[in-house]
Amino acid sequence: MAKILKQRNIISLLILIAIVFPFLTKNEYFIHVMTLSFIWMIGVYGLNLLAGYTGYLSLAHAGFFAIGAYSLGILTVKAEMNFWLAFLLSLLITGILGFLIGLIALRTKEHFFAIYTLCVGYIIYLVIDKWDSLTEGVRGLIGIPAPGKAGPINFEEPLSQYYLVLFFLLVTVLIVYRIIHSLSGRTYIAIRNSEDLALTIGISTMKNKLSVFVLSTIFAGLSGALYASFIRFIGPDIGQISVTFDLLTYLLVGGIGTLSGPIVGTVLIVWLSQELQFLQDYRMLIFGPVLTLLVIFYPRGIVGALTGWKHKRDEKRKPQAARASSMAFGKSQVTVDKPVKEG
Amino acid sequence: MFLETKGLTKRFGGNTAVNNVDFTVEQGKINAIIGPNGAGKSTFFNLISGFHPPTSGQVIFKGQDVTKMPANKIAELGVARTFQTTNLFEQSTVLDNVIVGHRLRTKSTLFDAIFRTGRLKTEEAICREKAMEVIEFTGLMHVMGKQVGSLSQEEKKRTAFALALATDPEIVFLDEPAAGINPDETEGLAELIKQIAKKGITVCLIEHKMKMIMKLADKIMVLNYGEKIAEGTPEQIQNNPTVIKAYLGGSAIA
Ligand SMILES: Nc1ncnc2c1ncn2[C@@H]1O[C@H](COP(=O)(O)OP(=O)(O)OP(=O)(O)O)[C@@H](O)[C@H]1O
Ligand SMILES: [Mg+2]
Repeated sequence: MAKILKQRNIISLLILIAIVFPFLTKNEYFIHVMTLSFIWMIGVYGLNLLAGYTGYLSLAHAGFFAIGAYSLGILTVKAEMNFWLAFLLSLLITGILGFLIGLIALRTKEHFFAIYTLCVGYIIYLVIDKWDSLTEGVRGLIGIPAPGKAGPINFEEPLSQYYLVLFFLLVTVLIVYRIIHSLSGRTYIAIRNSEDLALTIGISTMKNKLSVFVLSTIFAGLSGALYASFIRFIGPDIGQISVTFDLLTYLLVGGIGTLSGPIVGTVLIVWLSQELQFLQDYRMLIFGPVLTLLVIFYPRGIVGALTGWKHKRDEKRKPQAARASSMAFGKSQVTVDKPVKEG
Repeated sequence: MFLETKGLTKRFGGNTAVNNVDFTVEQGKINAIIGPNGAGKSTFFNLISGFHPPTSGQVIFKGQDVTKMPANKIAELGVARTFQTTNLFEQSTVLDNVIVGHRLRTKSTLFDAIFRTGRLKTEEAICREKAMEVIEFTGLMHVMGKQVGSLSQEEKKRTAFALALATDPEIVFLDEPAAGINPDETEGLAELIKQIAKKGITVCLIEHKMKMIMKLADKIMVLNYGEKIAEGTPEQIQNNPTVIKAYLGGSAIA
C-alpha cells in the first residue's frame, strides 16, 4: 500500500509541476521545448506498453508516429477536413494499419520481431518519401492548422497548446496506469515473462499481443498527430528510424517497463540535448557510451534503479514481522517494475 | 471415456519419441506414467496439452477431439499441467503468479481496464479469491509475497501446483513433481496430490520415484522407447516380467 501511495504521490507532484511550469518561466522557448517533450512522451508510453510490459520490442514506432502525423496533415491540408474530425480519423487510421501490420509482425518473436518491425518502419518511411501525389514527398506538408477551437479555448496560443498536449499526456498516463494495474496488465506481463507458460495457463497470447500492439501504435499516432499540429510542418524524416531510436533512448534511460520511466527519460534527454546543443552531433559521443553503460548496469533505467534501491532499503529496515504483514492479502499489487527480456 | 489417446505418435526427425500409444485416463483417479529416461513420457504430456502437434493419432477429451487445438484452448477446456523443469513467472511473487492463473476464466478486456468497469473489479476479486484458495490449499500462505525466483525447490513445485489449480482444471498433468526434493518433502507432496484427487480433480503424473508411485497410483502405464509396454494396477505392474526387464532386473521397482 505504501508503494502505491508513493507512486501516486510522485505522479501527483509531477502533474502539479507540469501545470504550474508555464508560470515559473516567462521564456516561451522553454514552453515550446516542454510541449514537444510531452508529445514525445506519449509515443514513448506507447512503446513502453509493448516493449516494456509485453516484451515485444517494436522498431516501427517512428513509422506509426509518421502515419498519425501525415494522416492529420493530409486530412486537414489536402482534404480540408475539420481539425478534430481529422484528428480522430488519424488515430483510427494508425490503429487500423497497426492492426494489419501487427497481424503479420506478431507471428515473429524476440529479435526477429525487432528486425521485422525495423523493416516495416523503413517501408513506411519510404512510402511517405516516395508517394509524392499524396504526401508531397521530400517537400513535406506545409500549413497544417493548429487544433481548432474547442468551445471558448483557442489553441493558436503556445500556452493553450501546452495545456492541450499536457491533457493528452495525462490521459495517456491514466490509461497506461489503469491497464498495468488490471487483469489485462497482468496478462501482458505474463506474456513478457514467459509466453509458453502464458499459453499453458490458457491465455490467448496472439489476441492479447495484438490488442497491445494496436493500442501502442495508436499512442504513437496520437503523438504524431499532436506533433503535426504543433510544429505545423512535417517532412518524411519524422518517420526515420532515428526517431524510433530517440523514443527508445528516452524509454531506456527513464526505465523500460516502469510507469514513470517515459516521463523521466524524455525530460532528461530532451533538456540535456538542449544544453549540449553547442556540441552539435558530437553530443552522441557522450550519449552513446552513457546509454550503453546504463543499459548494462541499470537495465531498468533511472526509475528502475531508484525503486530497486528503495526496495532494498525497505527490506533491510523492515523487521521480519512487518514484512509478513505487508504481504497480507489485498495489499500486494502487480509488481510492475520488472526487467524485460529484451531491450 | 474421460480422456483418451488413440494411436498417438510423435516423431522428431528419425526418432520416434511416442509410438502408437492408446491410453485412457480414469476420471477422479490418480493415473501414473513411468518409464526409463527418454521413454517419451514428457513428450506424451506435450502432445496431450497441445504443446506439440502429434505426427499421427488422436487425443479425445470428454468426447471432443482436441488433437489440433492450441494449448490455450485445451487449458480452457479444463486440462492443466506442470513442467518437468519448473516453469513459473520467476520475477513475480507467488500471489501474482497464481492470480494470473485464473485469467482464462475471466472475460474483461482492454476496454474494461481503461474504464475500470464493474466487470473488471468483480473479476479481479474473483481471481484474488481463487488465488488465495489454491495458495492455502497448497500450503504457500507464508511465502505468497515472495518472488518465485527466491523460493526453495519444494516451494516452487507447490507454486506450480497452485498455478495449475488456479486454472480450475478437471484434470492435471504433473511432470515429475517430486524430482529434486528430499524424502520428507516428497511425502508432503504425495499427500497434496492425494488431496487434489480427493477434490475430484483427475490426476495424471510422471514420476521416477517408485515408492511414491506404487503407494499413490490407482493405475499405471509403462512407456519404453515410446511404446506402451504395460498398463495396470501397481501390483500388476510390479509383477509384470516385461516391465521388470525394461528396468534391468527390476531392482528399481518395489
Ligand atoms: N523437442 C524435441 N525435439 C527433438 N527431440 C525431442 C524433443 N523432445 C523430446 N525429444 C526426444 O524424444 C525422446 C523422449 O523424450 P522425453 O523428454 O519425452 O522423455 P522422458 O520420458 O520424459 O524422459 P525423462 O524421464 O528423462 O524426463 C528423447 O529421445 C528426446 O531426445
Ligand atoms: Mg520427461
